[in-house]
Amino acid sequence: MLMRWQLAYPFQPIPIIGEWLGDTRAPGGIMLPEFYNQLGAMHGTIMVFLGVVPLAVGGFGNFVLPLQIGAPDMAFPKLNMMSYWSFFMGGVVMLASFFVPGGAANSGWTSYAPLSVIATTGQTVWLVGMIFLITSSLLGSVNFIVTAVQLRAPGLSFMRLPFFVWAQLVTSFLLLLAFPPLEAAGVLQLMDRVAGTSFFLPSGLVVGDAPLEVSGGGSPLLWQHLFWFLAHPEVYVLILPAMGIVAEIIANNTRKPIWGYRLLIGSVIFLGFMSFVVWAHHMFMTGMGTTMSTFFQTTTMIISIPSVLILSALLLSLYGGSIRFTVPMLFALAFLPMFGIGGLTGLPLGLAAPDIHLHDTYYVIGHFHYVVAPGTLLALFGGIYYWFPKATGRKMNDLLGRIHFWGSFIAINIVFMPMFIQGLSGMNRRMADGGLEYSMNEDVLIWNTVISMGAWTLGLFQLPFIFNFFWSIKKGERVGNNPWKATTLEWSAPSPPPHGNFIEPPEVHRGPYDYSVPGSEVDFLMQTDADGPQAEPAKG
Amino acid sequence: MSENVDEIRAHIKLYWKIGAALMVLTVVTVAITFIDFSVPIAIFVALVVAATKGSLVASYFMHLIGERKWILGTLLLTVLFFLVLIFIPIMGHSDTYGRHVTVPNANAESPSEVAH
Amino acid sequence: MDIPYIVQERPDTGLTNVKLGIWLFLASEVMLFGGLFSTYILLRINAVDWPLGSDILNVPIGTFNTVVLISSSVTMVMCYAALKLDDLAGYKKYMAATIGLSVLFLGVKLYEYVDKFSHGDYPSGSTFLAIYFTLTGLHALHIVSGVVVNGYFLGPGAALWNTNKEQFINRIEAAGLYWHFVDLVWIFLFPVLYLL
Repeated sequence: MLMRWQLAYPFQPIPIIGEWLGDTRAPGGIMLPEFYNQLGAMHGTIMVFLGVVPLAVGGFGNFVLPLQIGAPDMAFPKLNMMSYWSFFMGGVVMLASFFVPGGAANSGWTSYAPLSVIATTGQTVWLVGMIFLITSSLLGSVNFIVTAVQLRAPGLSFMRLPFFVWAQLVTSFLLLLAFPPLEAAGVLQLMDRVAGTSFFLPSGLVVGDAPLEVSGGGSPLLWQHLFWFLAHPEVYVLILPAMGIVAEIIANNTRKPIWGYRLLIGSVIFLGFMSFVVWAHHMFMTGMGTTMSTFFQTTTMIISIPSVLILSALLLSLYGGSIRFTVPMLFALAFLPMFGIGGLTGLPLGLAAPDIHLHDTYYVIGHFHYVVAPGTLLALFGGIYYWFPKATGRKMNDLLGRIHFWGSFIAINIVFMPMFIQGLSGMNRRMADGGLEYSMNEDVLIWNTVISMGAWTLGLFQLPFIFNFFWSIKKGERVGNNPWKATTLEWSAPSPPPHGNFIEPPEVHRGPYDYSVPGSEVDFLMQTDADGPQAEPAKG
Repeated sequence: MSENVDEIRAHIKLYWKIGAALMVLTVVTVAITFIDFSVPIAIFVALVVAATKGSLVASYFMHLIGERKWILGTLLLTVLFFLVLIFIPIMGHSDTYGRHVTVPNANAESPSEVAH
Repeated sequence: MDIPYIVQERPDTGLTNVKLGIWLFLASEVMLFGGLFSTYILLRINAVDWPLGSDILNVPIGTFNTVVLISSSVTMVMCYAALKLDDLAGYKKYMAATIGLSVLFLGVKLYEYVDKFSHGDYPSGSTFLAIYFTLTGLHALHIVSGVVVNGYFLGPGAALWNTNKEQFINRIEAAGLYWHFVDLVWIFLFPVLYLL
């Protein structure tokens, strides 16, 4: 929100907060460009590594996954604790970086060399923080995979798993295999900064009129390769748990099985696999050569197929459903068109030719925010409303939930839709003055103010949510095991679950979405229900 | 543990033999450097010998022979992505292998050369 | 409810939790060193000239260290075999040997590093030295961690043998897998850095 002030009202004093920022960041309340850059880099880092991943994977995964597979706990509880404390340390380090001389990291969350190598101390702190966070994810992913493979309840075959579990399983493989090269790269950049090596510094680099006193011979492109090798699978880490959450909520609130269960599983596995071979579509403008560009352009186009299949399956799941517009369902429904926009706007970026015009513009910012913010974040909100009763034994307030939804949904589109317009006219990203200096931006500068208004409105509408969340823990309407009348295993456990999750070890007799089974006398059958007709094997 | 004492003792004998083989191959690793290969061939030969040693460690010491599907499957996936990580950045140079690229430089007195 | 399959294998996967867990961890380690090997390759391809490893590094010392580490892998697998034969004394003997050989390896490595530093050869000196120190340094850190874990299993950790032999054997097997992996990385590191 501070960034949005600077973009909407460049070089004007920030009200109230401006005084607290101090002279190194905002003398006279006016944000320094250096500080804007810190905010930019840390906003990305914090949102991705301290926000979405810990919430979607660490939070939802750790809580819901063992319950959904009928397990008493995660496979390695002590490892889980280590993973949490590593995350905590990483968070402390990252936040502390704002207070070191020179401020926090300011070379973008992407930390491209050589700028990041010669940047202020905050960058070193960033690298240390990343090593903690990466370690946390690695340990967590081992735990998730072993839990999902080994601790499934009797009768819970892989093809009876809720889609949420499949999504988390693939996500964990992505984290396991993609993060380590970034950890290696982080170590290398640390060496460059602290030990004077030149892994990423080319020969003959001149900074401030003086040649750098290093051996040279390094490659800035090397950093990009290693960074994006992780960071591309990372974005699928950000979206897959959300897709899982949406699937669960849709099945529950349409009172029918998800359409195309097998197709969904095949698609999510294929998507996970392909995510490892598309990374250099972030590097089309580096002069890699046409062979590389063609290769990555092709793989990127191919990866859009499973994404579309997943979205289509979720959409088709609505057809013929008996839709209940509960608060979680509102968020899940909103996810669908939002992810659609995010995904579709990715296509011109994934093709090398249009990317020439769009690279590093606000179009990119619009694209990825659409998938993560109106996409994943809305889905995560839905998940919170959905599983809150399981975790606390109480429901969140319905009216506040609806206010939160509608306000957020409208505001979030006001924030991110205009960015496409700005980007298409060529407005660059990461500019502290909001694009003032370039005359080509003249016509689209007005949108800066609109977006900022939208952002502050969005922030305001989170207040009912925060209040609702904490108030409902104490005063929410009490509920039993299965307030949503859902089929999956977590709803067999008490709310909240005791140590060991289940009173008695569950036995699974049917698939995950036995709603409205033909020939059944009841509306839905839980996975533990032995009696009653079986649904036909999943189609699609 | 389903193995009986005789099977374990047979394994132990095998481990010693593998250990000996690894020592021999280590000597080979160093000895072949005295043969004057060209750089690409030298790299290839060194990697072949290392891969042989590595396979012995993996197959016998790490028991990959007869290991379960989940383990082998995970490793296969890993090896695949490992190869992607190793080879694809090299592809970035494939457009310029073996070619001298002359780039006109407005400021220089003579054309600058970027060679690979 | 207790967590199942800590000692018993799960029937359909045939695995214990720790077996799957350690292999997954090793898979991530393959990718970690893969990132560094990829770095080596890219830096070498980009370099105007790249020194011959044997011109900068001491091959006999490197060879000696290779023999030491492979021996430690042999003694490590003998630990596991001894436990399967119900021979705690044999296990302790071989584990002590493994740790001893590891410390010897680290000692030799330290000597190599100090020798380099005393000649003014720091990682900042060239990209070859940079990748050499980083690769061997990270590898050495893995050995240190292995020594700590193995030391624990030789010392206080061995108490588990008295209460749950099967679980202890599983843990030693996992520690062994990690150790063999460390050896495997060196099997590639040695020729790549010292000989090519």
